[in-house]
Amino acid sequence: MVCIVSKKMSEHIVSVKNMTFSRAERVIYDGISLEVKTGKITAIMGPSGIGKTTLLKLIGGQLTPDKGSVIFQGEDVHGVSRNRLYELRRKMSMLFQSGALFTNMSVFDNVAFPLREHTKLDEDIIRTVVMLKLEAVGLRGAAHLQPSELSGGMARRAALARAIALDPDLIMYDEPFAGQDPISMGVLVELIKSLSKALNVTSIVVTHDVSEVLTIADYVYILANKKIIGEGTPEQIKDSESELVQQFLNGNADGPVPFHFPADNISDSLIGAKA
Amino acid sequence: MSFLHDLGRSTLQKVSSVGASSIMLFGALFAFPKWKNIKLTIEQMYVVGVQSLLIIMVSGLFIGMVMALQGYTILVNYGAEGSLGPMVALSILRELGPVVTALLFAGRAGSALTAEIGLMKATEQLSSLEMMAVDPLRRVISPRFWAGVISMPMLALIFSAVGILGGHVVGVDWLGVDSGSYWSIMQSTVEWNKDVVNGVIKSIVFALVVVWIALYKGYSCIPTSEGISKATTQTVVFSSLSILGLDFVLTALMFGIS
Repeated sequence: MVCIVSKKMSEHIVSVKNMTFSRAERVIYDGISLEVKTGKITAIMGPSGIGKTTLLKLIGGQLTPDKGSVIFQGEDVHGVSRNRLYELRRKMSMLFQSGALFTNMSVFDNVAFPLREHTKLDEDIIRTVVMLKLEAVGLRGAAHLQPSELSGGMARRAALARAIALDPDLIMYDEPFAGQDPISMGVLVELIKSLSKALNVTSIVVTHDVSEVLTIADYVYILANKKIIGEGTPEQIKDSESELVQQFLNGNADGPVPFHFPADNISDSLIGAKA
Repeated sequence: MSFLHDLGRSTLQKVSSVGASSIMLFGALFAFPKWKNIKLTIEQMYVVGVQSLLIIMVSGLFIGMVMALQGYTILVNYGAEGSLGPMVALSILRELGPVVTALLFAGRAGSALTAEIGLMKATEQLSSLEMMAVDPLRRVISPRFWAGVISMPMLALIFSAVGILGGHVVGVDWLGVDSGSYWSIMQSTVEWNKDVVNGVIKSIVFALVVVWIALYKGYSCIPTSEGISKATTQTVVFSSLSILGLDFVLTALMFGIS
């Protein structure tokens, strides 16, 4: 029995169970459930503005759901003590959309930051680890630069080096491809794929860049209208019969997600309508 | 009905923000005794304390000079210009030193703290600290809080000292008051406990309030450009009003009943 439980735990690193979350009386999620397989790349896609970043913050325990729970490695993220939550967070890391590098430190110190905070390693060893992590993202030569001197793509790679500094079990990528040129995008796609394989970490990629993510994801969830509207392997998703999923994948302007923001009848708001 | 609704909602918001800011204050207070934080606190003392020195000293000098000039023109009518020293010293040590320092500190360092923390929030640096399992209260808020609370009384004392020297420059060197009487009457009039210590206590209270407001406003701001600009303004307005209000209360407690 114990064996079965532990196997189940190791199969899904994160399970979101029947979670409802609302912010300022606006419901963002209405009872969603999803599971992230250990060691795989799970993509979460959906239109902008539906709170995909919020989902990552819920998994990381920065926000608390109204109902439901988030289980990370067998522990309820929102049910454990604050100290335990901080211990759990050492095993997960998040790549923020902006990179969120500390602007008052060089790239080297940024990557060294989690090591200096959480380990008692010598500066020599920290230096070696930081250089290895920067080498992995191709920025070893940029160690001495300040974050303001980096391009957007480089900042994101530096942030990725910082995110993997403590060898986490889970990396959450928040819109890693947004606003990137095709080359940086290709670099990031390759990095996510190779890190996932080389370090055997689990990745959650939140994005709306359909074509990139379908090439690397092992499993895909599509969120819209506060719910999960489709899930499956990339092939299953492409063959989905849901109109909503097809509209999202093909980028059609109008469909189940309407082109028009809800409004009253147009003839009522034109000139002379009131007269 | 909607009036009641709004009233209830805004009251609840106020109460919960008092609660949230108290939690933050306690987090900052009790996060002090860590070795790493002491180093960060010293760094912050340089930023909020040492870098405010110039404005504090220049203001102190001019306020002392103006006090001496105004005081002289009145006192000389009664032949009492020898009392210029205690007049300048008492008004600066008891009132102007702590109050003006706190007002300048709110404008110079308080607004900077709010903007800095607000921007750290807007650029997700605070979130990313949390996700790296580093408590932002411990790492960001607490060092700045203690740096402010330690720096401000020192700045107020420097302000007072420079102000008294400024009074000397105008009163003695320019208007011809006797230097011996400027200093000796000052020494015999100013009391250590009543005047100097009370001034320092005032400025410690002001420091607590200003830094608390500045940090809370930054920490709780809406992370957009309007949100940060609003939070910065509120820091200066709320701190200035609290300083002046509290100054009246403290003065009444310290000097009113005797």
